[in-house]
Amino acid sequence: MPRLPKRKVGIIACSGEELPEGTVTRLAALRVLEHLRPEETVTICLPLFLAGGEGERAFTRFYPTIAIDGCEKRCAARGTEIYSGKPAAGVVVSDLVAEGGLDRPEGSRRLNQAGQRAVEVTEVRVAQLVDELLEKRRPRRFGTAAKKEPGR
Amino acid sequence: MTDPKRIAIVACSGIGKTSGTVSREAAYEVTEVLRPDRTRIVALSLLVLGDEAARAAVTDSPAITIDGCKLACATKVCQERAGRVGQAFDVMDTYRRNRRLKSQGIAELNEDGKKLARDLAEEICEAVDRLTAAKEGKEDNA
Repeated sequence: MPRLPKRKVGIIACSGEELPEGTVTRLAALRVLEHLRPEETVTICLPLFLAGGEGERAFTRFYPTIAIDGCEKRCAARGTEIYSGKPAAGVVVSDLVAEGGLDRPEGSRRLNQAGQRAVEVTEVRVAQLVDELLEKRRPRRFGTAAKKEPGR
Repeated sequence: MTDPKRIAIVACSGIGKTSGTVSREAAYEVTEVLRPDRTRIVALSLLVLGDEAARAAVTDSPAITIDGCKLACATKVCQERAGRVGQAFDVMDTYRRNRRLKSQGIAELNEDGKKLARDLAEEICEAVDRLTAAKEGKEDNA
């Protein structure tokens, strides 16, 4: 049987250098890429959609993508949608912090403890989304019949 | 964000290479420690989106860009958004002048990486001082 390329999920962090939440997106993305789901994820820099070529802009055609944003401006989600394609899912750190009742992260250069906690919460959420996206797109097992969709 | 007296510093936002982290560390060293009153950091993602305040920051006065690799996203995006690039820095150029510094780490730089970032930050400060003096000279002549 031919070996098919493994399905992967794309991760795009806003990386916003001005805000501590931007640093949270970078560190959470790195944790997912390097430790939590290294075999299942790939990344691309958001600015490459503008600075790169057609190959970079085709990113979301190859990978269902999760945008990790620091604030409500949602640069990663909006930029990905404008220049490549609609992300399959997204998280906003400031929302996760509010939902979890966490203290606001401080220190863009060196995150404080609240920032480290926000990284943990964000990386866990993103890893869950990776699993959900791969499960959704997993091809049916050999020998099993596809379920008939309602109305067809 | 719009403070035309301050020089905008736009760093690479890459998370795939150590040099991206060095570029940000240098940017923070300049904006938080060495020249906090003359500079401000502008998020590259905001420029990608064409955010008005971010655009104004790089059009009101010449910006300084710091790139982590030859793709030069910070410089290209700044130019794409009609920004004026006063000086473009590349981490690799600083590394070539300091080959003994073997920077490692992305989430956290090793000591060599931090030293490389400090050396780069000092180079950036020279550009900040030159651009600030040129701007003040223009204002005096006006």
